[in-house]
Amino acid sequence: MAEKGAKARALAGGTDLLVQLRVKRYIVDRVVDVKHIAEMNELSYSDSKGLVLGAAVPCYRVYEDKHISAKYPGLYDSASLIGGIQIQTRAGIGGNLANAAPSADAIPSLIALGATANIAGPKGKRSVPVEHFCTGPGKSVLQDGELLVSMSIPPPQAKMGSTYIRFIPRNEMDIAVVGVGVSVVLNGNSIKSARIALASVGPTPIFATEAGNWLTGKAPTEDSVMQAAEAAKKAAKPITDMRGTIEQRIHLVGVLTKRSLLSAITRAKEAR
Amino acid sequence: MAKKVIVQANLNDNDTEFLSEPRQSLLEVLRETLALTGTKEGCNDGNCGACTVMVDGRIVNSCLMLAVEAEGKKITTIEGIAQADKLHPLQQSFLEEAALQCGICTPGFIVAAKGLLDREPKADEHRVRHWLAGNLCRCTGYDKIIRAVLKAEKEL
Ligand SMILES: Cc1cc2nc3c(=O)[nH]c(=O)nc-3n(C[C@H](O)[C@H](O)[C@H](O)COP(=O)(O)OP(=O)(O)OC[C@H]3O[C@@H](n4cnc5c(N)ncnc54)[C@H](O)[C@@H]3O)c2cc1C
Ligand code: FES
Ligand code: FES
Repeated sequence: MAEKGAKARALAGGTDLLVQLRVKRYIVDRVVDVKHIAEMNELSYSDSKGLVLGAAVPCYRVYEDKHISAKYPGLYDSASLIGGIQIQTRAGIGGNLANAAPSADAIPSLIALGATANIAGPKGKRSVPVEHFCTGPGKSVLQDGELLVSMSIPPPQAKMGSTYIRFIPRNEMDIAVVGVGVSVVLNGNSIKSARIALASVGPTPIFATEAGNWLTGKAPTEDSVMQAAEAAKKAAKPITDMRGTIEQRIHLVGVLTKRSLLSAITRAKEAR
Repeated sequence: MAKKVIVQANLNDNDTEFLSEPRQSLLEVLRETLALTGTKEGCNDGNCGACTVMVDGRIVNSCLMLAVEAEGKKITTIEGIAQADKLHPLQQSFLEEAALQCGICTPGFIVAAKGLLDREPKADEHRVRHWLAGNLCRCTGYDKIIRAVLKAEKEL
């Protein structure tokens, strides 16, 4: 990778890369199959360290994992939404992040769950919070020769719930017109903290910090959730394209933020 | 052009060796090098499922996998589905339910459905529809395909 610089690309599940090579978005001399690197296949959870998810772990391993469905249901939601079953055999969360599409279904969940991206390259290792990973459509902090090795997610706090919901024109297999990933931590009868992230409403996935922070200390009610949804609409910077208009997308951010927060609150109440 | 690579894989229960350029998809090699033309090319970008094959028991789009990635894997194509001299119950029920017209999508549907029934022999209609969402058909309108899969379940 280091030797070839921009002329090399990593191959995880290949569900983005093979299409990109065919349409000549990248012209490369070398493709490196990262599935052969042991760390990239790691999927481990412990109550003290949380989750380590290797960058080449395919979606089916994510949604079939008992710890993930119990502790990080938002990530489970994302993994089971990406493509159809054929795609899920190969495509992974790491490829979804490294590809840095504004519409990527896993990135809002990673942001909502406080994930960090673990990167290795010729100059050594570094870790970047996922909300700072993407820098533009298809662009990220990864430098030539650098690889995404894994993502780390801290252990869930007590009474934490997470959800990812997207809007697509069909029932399955489509690109999100809008996607919203959230996590909520409850403390008795109030919200201790919340994180909200949006897909497909800007050049990168958007971390709607103000909307999430506004919920701190509020009651977990429909009324609070509606106000947070209004705040999330202000964070969205969508464009009009073939999949939706600016107005429709902003409206959808409101609807989906409300729905995902209510779902995450329900999940948080059920969580230990 | 990069040098061809020798790939060893188990293909439809036979240990096989073939040559592939690093950039060739599994679909290309199956059809052009190995003359297994039952696997179809529809979109060549992962959307239609016509190229579905099984790799180590899980379904994938062979247009989105490099042939060199098949090294050491067990690959099942539509040619490996029938039993000796008998059609597989899925193939039989597709015929009986008239679940095909032009037939381009059929091998992909049958391999995909087998991937489900091997795992969940009692999948209900909702599950079958969800599982087959990665397979497109422009002719039948899907209902006959779903019926054929549910009928095959009863026969397995
Ligand atoms: C039919 C179809 C449906 C799809 N549906 C969805 C959907 O519903 N939602 C969605 O979000 N996406 C969807 N996608 C896009 C794609 O499947 C996902 O983005 C997937 O998560 C990519 O993962 P991958 O492992 O296949 O990545 P790859 O294709 O292997 O890699 C993606 C990109 O990241 C780079 N890369 C991969 N791994 C690394 C690494 N470790 N370090 C550095 N760079 C790396 C690659 O070079 C490439 O440019 C769909 C694609 C298809 C073909
Ligand atoms: S040809 Fe592979 S999915 Fe269409
Ligand atoms: S029978 Fe023609 S596409 Fe399905």
